[in-house]
Amino acid sequence: MIEEMRSFNELVLEAESQGITLSELTLCIQADTLKTTRRELLGKMRKNLITMRQSAENGKKETHSASGLSGGQAALLERHSAGLLGEVAHLAAVYALAVAEHNACMGRIVAAPTAGSCGILPGVLLALGELRGLSDDSLVMGLFNAAAVGMVIAQNASLSGASGGCAAECGSAGAMAASAAVELMGGTPEMCAQACALELKAIMGLVCDPIAGLVEVPCVKRNATGAVLALTAAEMALAGIKSAVCADEVIGALKSVGCMMHESLRETSLGGIAATKTAREIAAKLKEKENFENEKI
Amino acid sequence: MNVFDIIGPTMIGPSSSHTAGASRAGLVARRLLGEEPVWARVVLYGSFALTYAGHGVDRAIIGGLLGFELDDVRIRDSFRFACKAGLDFTIEISEEDMGHPNTACICLRGKKGGSVSIVVRSVGGGVVNVVEIDGGEVLFSAEYDTTVIFNNDRPGTVARISAVFAAHEINIAFMRVFRKYEGKEAIMVIETDQQAGEDVVSELRASENILKVITIPPFRV
Repeated sequence: MIEEMRSFNELVLEAESQGITLSELTLCIQADTLKTTRRELLGKMRKNLITMRQSAENGKKETHSASGLSGGQAALLERHSAGLLGEVAHLAAVYALAVAEHNACMGRIVAAPTAGSCGILPGVLLALGELRGLSDDSLVMGLFNAAAVGMVIAQNASLSGASGGCAAECGSAGAMAASAAVELMGGTPEMCAQACALELKAIMGLVCDPIAGLVEVPCVKRNATGAVLALTAAEMALAGIKSAVCADEVIGALKSVGCMMHESLRETSLGGIAATKTAREIAAKLKEKENFENEKI
Repeated sequence: MNVFDIIGPTMIGPSSSHTAGASRAGLVARRLLGEEPVWARVVLYGSFALTYAGHGVDRAIIGGLLGFELDDVRIRDSFRFACKAGLDFTIEISEEDMGHPNTACICLRGKKGGSVSIVVRSVGGGVVNVVEIDGGEVLFSAEYDTTVIFNNDRPGTVARISAVFAAHEINIAFMRVFRKYEGKEAIMVIETDQQAGEDVVSELRASENILKVITIPPFRV
């Protein structure tokens, strides 16, 4: 039995030699390391799925964040009859936006892997659940598959925007969602690895540049595009398309790109979108409002 | 690391470092106080000071002080709940560089007259590190059963304390000793795999050169 979930390749080989899915393998490894039962792990993960669903539903209501920068977009996208996206991608984007908006409004969410990227995985899984008739049991296994991907990335690169830019947050969330989607659609563990590699290559180098340091712009909408990107990567992998570079090496590149990334592009709000004229004006207005409210107190 | 570090925690948004970490900082302070707080002074530094309004850092810390868990929706209205609970608090913003972007200083007084003061850092993913307690340098995350012991820096103290844990079959996972000056006051932080119960704590308190013992439960089971 593998003890450390550090290499994607090792996980794929182990799962394929045992003839089981990545999620099943993850469940076995974790039950062993955490000295607990499958039942307990499944129950705990199911609670996360339920919270994700609640945050998606709550996020569709048209509430707004304290700054006024977020809210109402998921409702707008849901009402819009999509002429470009297929139904799964459309719904995934709606849910991803909803969860991310709910997060911005101080709602209850499940970090997956982070709060800033919390919409992508539920977006993809909940849409597949509804439109492809997958049971909650299957979706819970999807979360274990995704968690395995997140663990490999966390141990070889990073999941934090401050060290790896947005590619570390939304990129990892997308890789997790892509891999889970492949498994849920009947793909092999090898295809999961391919989906992960394809998604991470697409988002490599994405900077973390939140306006006024808030997890709102551009974070919330990147969750929607991230969900669709994850589905694209998963679809390619399911079609048998292979990444020329394997997932483990792509994750290595993710780490080195994160290290090379200038500090102004890693959650400091000094570069990228945060440094635009409009962004600086928004930040100044928010500061003014805050000072005014402090004076009132 | 496990699957629930990746899919989780369940928390109130928008930021694991600024919101979940901040509420955990408040919770740790409350647990270290060991009673209902009636007065609090919170100072925010670095990115906490710059973005507290948008991330709800202030509301999250006060929520933690009231005992609200990371996923408690009452965090949003924690100021109102503080009023109800009789917690008098102030929140200040400082420009001082504390060496880490997400740092807070929390000073508390309790109903029974106890007090504690900590400097705490939110290090990401909702995890915090306490780096100072009552003016003394320390380092712990409160992810284990944690016992903080203030003692006189004398030979044999560490051995006597660890013997108490051994006698109660409590396994020490991590143990760190901090002091400013030789022979003066020292602080010991002991993280264990089992809980140090009342019997252990009173035995520790009774032993030579021990000034104060605080024990808090872990955040993760």
